[in-house]
This record gives sequence, C-alpha cells and structure tokens, in this order.
Amino acid sequence: MNKQVESPKGRIIKSRHVKLGTKNKKGQTFTDVNEMFFEAERTASFLTGSEVIREAIKRASVGMSIAYPITPQSEAAALIGELYAEGYLDDYFRGESEFAVMSQCAGAAFGGMRVFTTTAGPGTLRAMENFSMWAGSRLPIQVCVTMRGVNSPLSIQPDTLELSYLLESGMLLWHAETAQDLYDFILKGFIVAEQPDVHLPIAVCCDGFFVTHTKDTVELTPEDLCLTPYDPYKSPVPCMDMECPPIRMMRDPFVMKSNYISYSTHASWQQEVRAAIERSRKHTAALIGGLIDVENNDRDILIVSSGTAVSQGREAIRLLEEEGIKVGLVKIKTIRPFPHEEVREAVKNAKHIFVPEFNMAGWLAREIKSVINDNDRVICGPQVAGGMTLPSEVIVEEIKKYLGIKVGSLAGRGS
Amino acid sequence: MSKEKIQLCDDLSDIMPPEYQDLVATATFGNEERGWKDIGSSKELIEQHSLCAGCPESIAFRYILSSIPSPEDTVFVGSTGCTSLVFPHVAVQNIHSLFGNQNAVASGLHRALKCRFPDRNKDVIVLAGDGATVDIGLDCTMQSWFRGEKFTTICFDNELYANTGGQESGLMQKGFVSKMAPVGKQFDKVRLPEIAREAGCKYVAMLTVSKPNRVEKAIKNAVYIARELGPTYVQLYTPCILEIGKQSMEGLDEMKDAESIGGRFVMKEYITDDAKELLADMEAEKKAKKKAAKAGK
Repeated sequence: MNKQVESPKGRIIKSRHVKLGTKNKKGQTFTDVNEMFFEAERTASFLTGSEVIREAIKRASVGMSIAYPITPQSEAAALIGELYAEGYLDDYFRGESEFAVMSQCAGAAFGGMRVFTTTAGPGTLRAMENFSMWAGSRLPIQVCVTMRGVNSPLSIQPDTLELSYLLESGMLLWHAETAQDLYDFILKGFIVAEQPDVHLPIAVCCDGFFVTHTKDTVELTPEDLCLTPYDPYKSPVPCMDMECPPIRMMRDPFVMKSNYISYSTHASWQQEVRAAIERSRKHTAALIGGLIDVENNDRDILIVSSGTAVSQGREAIRLLEEEGIKVGLVKIKTIRPFPHEEVREAVKNAKHIFVPEFNMAGWLAREIKSVINDNDRVICGPQVAGGMTLPSEVIVEEIKKYLGIKVGSLAGRGS
Repeated sequence: MSKEKIQLCDDLSDIMPPEYQDLVATATFGNEERGWKDIGSSKELIEQHSLCAGCPESIAFRYILSSIPSPEDTVFVGSTGCTSLVFPHVAVQNIHSLFGNQNAVASGLHRALKCRFPDRNKDVIVLAGDGATVDIGLDCTMQSWFRGEKFTTICFDNELYANTGGQESGLMQKGFVSKMAPVGKQFDKVRLPEIAREAGCKYVAMLTVSKPNRVEKAIKNAVYIARELGPTYVQLYTPCILEIGKQSMEGLDEMKDAESIGGRFVMKEYITDDAKELLADMEAEKKAKKKAAKAGK
C-alpha cells in the first residue's frame, strides 16, 4: 500500500474482448484503449465541457445511462439522451431523484452493463448512501460529478466541497483540470474501474461551470473508434443475471449476525475495497501518465492543487515569474487513490507549499498535510467558495504576503 | 440459466455440499409446471430460514419460491428487514443493496437484462417488507409503476417494522399501539393495492398466505402479466406473531381470521382488461397443448 508506482514503459494490459476489431451497430470499431489513445490520430475541436462529456460517451460503449436534472450537469445528461436516441446506448431514462438514479444505475450494473451517469452538489449528497453501496457491491459504475455548491444557502455556483464527502465512499476519485482531462478521464476511467483487480465505481469530478460551461480546445480520438464493451464475466463477484450457479449466495457480504466472524468478514471486505483502490494505481498511472504532474518542483515555493485551481495556479506562477519570484507546480489528478508517495517526493525540497482551493473546508490541504513530513510548510489557501472565482492575482497576493512583500489591495476584497 | 449450468463436474462432485447435490438432482429448475405441490417431493429453493419459529413469512417464502414459473431465469431484489435474513439461504440470485431502493434497483436490473437477453424472459421480482415498500421506499415503488417497469413487486405486509422490534408502519391498522405509536396509530392503513391500481399496475392481489394454491396463482399471474404487459403488485399478509402477542403455532389462525368476511385481508384482485385477456389466452393455449398431447398418445 501507498508505494509510489513507476510510470510503466508498458501500457495497460491490452483488451482481449471477443468484440475487439468488430463494429457496433453505429459502425464504430471496438478498439483497445491503448490504441485509441496512444496510436490513433486526434482531432482538435472547440467544445463546452458538456459537449465533451457527450463526445466521450459517444465513444465509450456505454450500455445504460440514467439522468436527472440538476445544474450544472443537466445539459450533459440531456446530450447523452440524444446519443441514446441516435442509437449509441441501449437504454436511457430519467429517474425520479438522485437517490433513485444511483440505485437504478446499481441495478443496471448488477445486471452486467456499463453504466454512466452525472450529478452535482445537492444531488451528490442526496445520492450519497448509494456510493458506498456501489463500492461494497463492487459495481464499476462511472458518475461524472460536475461540482457545485452544497445547500444551504441555495447555490448553483461552482464549489468543490462535495468532493470531500466522497473521500471515504470507496470510489475511485479523479479530478479533471480541463475539458481535455475530462474527455480522457471519462474514457480511461471506465477501463481502470473495470479491471478485475479493481472493479470499483469511479467518480470523474470536474469544477462545475468553469469546465462544463466554458469552451476549450480538446483533442478528440476518432469518432469511428469506441472502447471495447464491459465484460460482466470478468467481475470478481458474480453478475446478477442467473447465468451462473446460484446457491446460498449474496452479492454483498451479509453480516447481520452478532459474532466475531461476521465482524471480521465486514472488516476484511472494507479492507479489500481500499486495497482495490490502491491496486488501481498501476492501471491509472499507465493510462493518465502518473497520478500527479510536476513542473519545477526544485523551487522553494510550490503550488499544489487539483482541478481548475491548478490552471489558476499556473497563471499565478507566470505572473510571479515576471517579478522574479520562482514557483513550482504540482497537479494532483487522482484524489483516490491519493498519490501519497508521489506528493511526498515532489514536495520534499519545498519550503512553502500553497494549496489554492474552491471550497471552505480545505480538504485537499488536509489530505496533503496528512501525508508529508514537516507539514507546517503547507499554507491552506487561498480558498474561495460559493461560486467566487479564484483570480490568479489572489494567489499571487497570498504568496507575496507570506513572503513579506508589500501588496496593493485588490479591488472589492476589502483587504 | 439452463439447468446444465448447475451440473456438477465429476472430479469435484464429492466435495460439494449435499444441499447442492440435491439441487442438481431434484430441484424443479426448468419445470414449467412447478408449483407449491412440489414441496415435499423435490428440493426446495429455500434451504433454511433464520426467521422466528412459526413466522408466516417463512411459509410465504416457500410458496413463492415453489411458484415462480422459471427460477432458472429469475433474479430477486430485496430490501433491509426480516426478508433480508432469508435471502442468503435461497438458490436464486438476489440483490440486497439499501433500505427502500428495491424498486429502483429492479428498474435498472430489468432493463439491463432486457437489453442483454432480448429474446429471453428474465424475470425480476422485488420482495420486501411493508416498511421498505410503503414508507421509506414509496417513492421508488410508485415511480417504477408510473414508468410501467415490467417486473413484479411483492410486499410482505406484517403491519409493522418487525426486524427493528415492532415500530409503527404505514400499513399498520389505525389505533394499534406499538413502539413509536405510544397512543395508538393515528391514521388509517395505507391502501396500497388501490394506489397500485391507480399508479398503473396491470395486476394487483392482496391476500394472506393461509392457502398455498391462492398464493401460487397470484404469484404466477403477477409474473406472467409483468413479462408481457407491465408492473404487477402482490401484497401478502404475513403477521408478525411475535409483535402482536401470538404463539408460534397461531400464525395460520391469525391469517384465517384476517381473511374471513369483514376482515382486513379478504382476498382482492384488480386485473386490467388486457391482463385478463392475456390470462385467458394462456389458459386456452395450455388446454390446447394438453388436448394435443392426449391426441398424440
């Protein structure tokens, strides 16, 4: 556990699915993920994040998707409905609430399908009971979480607080910075989540509005290539389709007896879910090029963050560079598994570590503090919330203030 | 699943438990005529139960499992409660996920199986208690009916939360004093059969489990109609003898009292016209088959 994974020279194990190389009913060729991402030619397109989700799902051989309206994911969920109408998915419908939708997703995954859904903010919290159940039942469902504020007071604006609620759900949690990340993470996420030694749900998270509602250039894989479909018979637990012998079996461990064996069974099952998260590291590193990205980490000052806060940090570094202040950058791509060793190694020479975040809890700073030595090097912030933007100047100011450099007050901040 | 899938490999058959050996030898997988009368002469799909001695739910389980028309292609979805203590002992695949989401899980499951096995009947049956069906899960229950999801919902109505120790439930009768209803329940027993009819169920039956032939008929009707037409609902009175202060041998009498004239559980059935037609067609087909078989001899 917690060992750093080398970015392997070899790639993730090539799919041997029977349908590899054949065509689906839309004329797309079932293609191994390695070939799709590392060999096929890419085309640049200018799209919103919601459209990027559609483009990814179009190529993902998803069996079923279930939708429910909540800002800012509604557009993406509706676009997937259009894909269903065009024949790219086998089934699609609107559920009655996020709690029901996530249960419906569970049912479809128990039945052996690749399942995708989207949610956000209050929807994530309403659905919460399901996420631990997905993990405990080892269902490799993918949910795209387009993060927004959590009530109350009512807010539909971007805020990454909800990710902190997901930390111990047993799901894989990836945090996309850009629309490109979002596209790659969705497609690659299915492959990692469905590996027999992982087989866990995955939340591909992005910052609502900043990623979903802005246009960005994204390098798309060819439209006529799609992922190999999910093979339910490679699951480490039986598929609930009555195609294998049923005898005194339950999909999840049933431990309602009051004895040591029961407690031990439940405890070891939980350990196994966490171990499976760790086992995903090798597949993840191979597909998304390591769990973190590092730029100039030999510098005294580092910005360490995830999501769009990384983009803001990168711009802040450029602004600081103009004034002769040199700052390095660490971008964390996977929150679960958390890149313990990678982060520890990347920040080992840093004197000051700034963690800009789009939430009040500072959950990422807490995660980082919990794994590095001399964690008083971590400066939690700047933090914004409730839909506030995080201008690069605010990060610049925070760093300069910390260094004892006089700064002019920023308009409207009252400082 | 075909019956071949449960056959034993010769090399390993001696280490398989006798329960499994029996299942291979004499269970009624694949027998279209299976019914409650097989109990005693064939291997039952329920191995044992962990309910209270004399609990009517245990006999209800046996009748249901002997009546479902094709257990080899049936998946059950349960919920938290007394029923979830029994499912680990059942030789049919079953899902327990959360408390109250059973009809949502079944919706996703049935659709997935329909997509994956378009030419086969994969029956999905929800079996949950009244707390799961009517209280915490009512939203998911009714929404699956509104959507016309083609699976059967069975509710074990014991008129309270039995597994947590006898608290008030929506299906409890008015005035009954229980935990969380310290001065007696203040509102009427929820009329779920009528709600089911209005919400789009093609077949609704409410009865006790005192008469196995009635239970078999209701379960078979519900499954056949769900396959072809839409949602079906069966509400079975399975009194919690423990919480209503009865002895373990008094469950049957309690059910007989409840279904006698003027009782809460006088049998009722709502069948839509198209469902009636379907049942009549099936009956005619069966008769024609029998006649042909006779003529063939």
